[in-house]
Amino acid sequence: MLALFENPRLRGGIHAEEHKTETSGVPIALDMPLPKKLYIPVQQHVGKPAEPLVKVGEKVLKGQLLAYSQGTISAPVHAPSSGLIADVLDFPAPHPSALPIRTIVIETDGLDQWTPIQKPDDPLALAAEEICALVGAAGVVGLGGAVFPSAVKLDLGRKNKIHTLLINAGECEPYLTCDDRLMQERASEIVTGIRLMLRGMGAPEATVGIEDNKPEAYLAMREACAEFTNINVVQVPTRYPMGWDRQMLRYLTGREIPADGRATDIGVVIHNVATAHAVYRAVCLNQPLITRVVTVSGSAVAKPQNVEVLIGTLISEVLDFCLVDKSRVARLIMGGPMMGDALPISEVPVVKACNGILALSEQDIEIPEVKPCIRCSTCITACPVGLLPLEMASRIRANQLDAAVDLGLKDCINCGSCSYVCPSNIPLVHYFKFASGELYKRQQMDHKSEQTKRLMDDRTQRMERIRLEQEAEARRVMEARAARAREQELAKQQAQQAQQSISEAGNKATAEEVQ
Amino acid sequence: MSIKPVSGPHVVAVRSVDSIMRKVIYALLPATAWGIFIFGWPALYLCAVTIFSAVLFEAVCLKLKGVAAAPYLRDGSAILTGLLVVMTLPPWAPWWIGVVGAAIAIILGKQVYGGLGQNVFNPAMLARVALLISFPIEMTTWVNVKPILLGPGIMESLSITFSGLSDLDGVTGATTLGAVKTGFSVHQTLPGLLHDYSAILAFIGWERGSLGETSTLLILLGGLWLIRDGIIKWQIPASLLLSIALLSSLFHLIDSQHYLGPWVHLNSGAVMLVAFFIATDYVTSPNTPVGQVIFGAGCGALIFIIRSWGGYPEGTGFAILLMNAVTPLIDHYIRPRIYGRYRNGKPIDVS
Repeated sequence: MLALFENPRLRGGIHAEEHKTETSGVPIALDMPLPKKLYIPVQQHVGKPAEPLVKVGEKVLKGQLLAYSQGTISAPVHAPSSGLIADVLDFPAPHPSALPIRTIVIETDGLDQWTPIQKPDDPLALAAEEICALVGAAGVVGLGGAVFPSAVKLDLGRKNKIHTLLINAGECEPYLTCDDRLMQERASEIVTGIRLMLRGMGAPEATVGIEDNKPEAYLAMREACAEFTNINVVQVPTRYPMGWDRQMLRYLTGREIPADGRATDIGVVIHNVATAHAVYRAVCLNQPLITRVVTVSGSAVAKPQNVEVLIGTLISEVLDFCLVDKSRVARLIMGGPMMGDALPISEVPVVKACNGILALSEQDIEIPEVKPCIRCSTCITACPVGLLPLEMASRIRANQLDAAVDLGLKDCINCGSCSYVCPSNIPLVHYFKFASGELYKRQQMDHKSEQTKRLMDDRTQRMERIRLEQEAEARRVMEARAARAREQELAKQQAQQAQQSISEAGNKATAEEVQ
Repeated sequence: MSIKPVSGPHVVAVRSVDSIMRKVIYALLPATAWGIFIFGWPALYLCAVTIFSAVLFEAVCLKLKGVAAAPYLRDGSAILTGLLVVMTLPPWAPWWIGVVGAAIAIILGKQVYGGLGQNVFNPAMLARVALLISFPIEMTTWVNVKPILLGPGIMESLSITFSGLSDLDGVTGATTLGAVKTGFSVHQTLPGLLHDYSAILAFIGWERGSLGETSTLLILLGGLWLIRDGIIKWQIPASLLLSIALLSSLFHLIDSQHYLGPWVHLNSGAVMLVAFFIATDYVTSPNTPVGQVIFGAGCGALIFIIRSWGGYPEGTGFAILLMNAVTPLIDHYIRPRIYGRYRNGKPIDVS
């Protein structure tokens, strides 16, 4: 009934302080000095890590393949600049844990010399498969933060019947403006990327959704798309998490992706706008994904701006370039303030997933003390998924994880809208992440105990079999021995009988002789 | 630059429990001030006694619980509970009614369940119902309207509140609902029973009644302000008022001699206060918009039923408590639809 009063296309969401004007009017900085060393993790995507094929001491050129894609869902990584391979080691990852992952270290030679590149004459005439192959070889992944290999998505789109390519240019996280700037400055390249994607999937049309707080980007994209009638550019309301692909899809088409399915199930493929730009470079320029635009902002940043950064540059160097006062940094975040990860150290590399680096000071992140839940249900209103965060949290607090799963814990996207609006400042997302971790641990434990049980069962069976075999063997030996004994006995008896008959015969003879 | 591992979001909205409670108190102030204005100094003393004891009981309970009392006292929830209790009391009730009411609301209504956010029943309504059953005389002695400057003076009022009123008959009377109920019991019928009823005065609040319940206008304004500020949602007030209005209109049309019309229902007793400030209590009302509509409509229907056919002239307290008891059930069955799933939790079928 209430569906009448609630816009069914736009559920939940929040409007946080945007903090976008600090960077949205400043051109993307292209003049960041070349770092002395670049640290390129072999896993910067969803799926299997890439396998290094370079050796320590080898000289590489800019754009040269460093590690190749492994398996169906994987992506290669390339050298962001020319130089020597200094090391292949485990290096802290840009992750809240900062645990080390396999990383290739390049000592740059300052020449920034490209590997020889062959540009296709007419990229838009390439066959769909060729476009996908080029995108895959360039290591393009979803640049909105999900880092799913784009070629896999394009292939999936070609195999299913796709009617719409949805380009997600929502950029709903506060502070971040990298997509905004990209659209303002490189709209025509993005549009070419979109056309290549359409061709690569055999899809008829594309829709670009841009939040209405980016009017310049919207106009630039409109202008760039003017001659292509199959690409629509539309404005969507500014309401976090509009950039959640499923939310934008629901808003633009009124349809929802099944909870157990993918966008392709309803004939849609969703790509990020920055991915479209990477596709343009991969196909038209034949350049692999070795740079990305990163928003550097936050109140501890003296020169907030977007920077085109080489993948593998240490975040600390990017901070220096943007004149960050490190003593004021209370929290360093990779990504946006809503879903980004707090980094414990700044000596970690920029990776393909890194759309923003926020250096927030104490006053930005001040979270008042936690109070008891007053059941105000603001979190329910804010949840874009339609969950009951307060009920889920109370179940988790009571360690009733199954009850929390029944309430939809696994549908939670960790967008943080509930935590953001909570007047009691309850860290709801923290609860949900904890519970998901516990569930994963439990699953692993179950798996482990299942394995152990299987091994135990196998062992018991094996032992039983051995026991039976041994018994049978023993029985056989015994029987054989018994048989032998019987035979011997028989032979003895026969011999005795024979003896007896002989002696009887002898006796007879003797008796006869006596007679 | 030390950073402990924390989960996002790294920023939060500014709204806090304290500010919510504060706004609700502000929204109630005009109606309370009006009550003090028309019923005089005793009303003010009762307010002071009740609110003070509510805060005191809260502090004692928190102390016994072994938690730091200050942050909880600062959130204003005890003041709000005390204020809501006193608003439903007869304005010249003796001081101990206020103290007992505050004790019931804070101790039995809230703290025994575990404090803020844990109670099943609305504390103020629990206190009102318990007092009504335990002290029927004190709880149904309604003083006439007499503005503060024309009524008893500051010192005289002290004795009214703290040592009781000697001669009640001259200054008290029945509320509209009470008079109608008594009239029905002696076989009088309706239009005649309301001969000195003024629709407009009832709306403004110039009539006998509980301390803070008489002015429909001021409570409505306070409630609408809370809705505009997003502190409460419209679902519960709208469904509650609408269900009373519809039911009373229906029965008034069928038998206008024995059933009050919607205007009288909406402008008498605690309906407005309950609709905007009691039924909307976060803790004891359902979580979802649909659940809230069911809850509000249920409250409205019960209020009408008790008023029309029950033993008491006013049924808001009982109605609220009954619906509070049903809230967990409503919350269990009424849940929002999850993205990509049907209401029953199965994934959407697109094939």
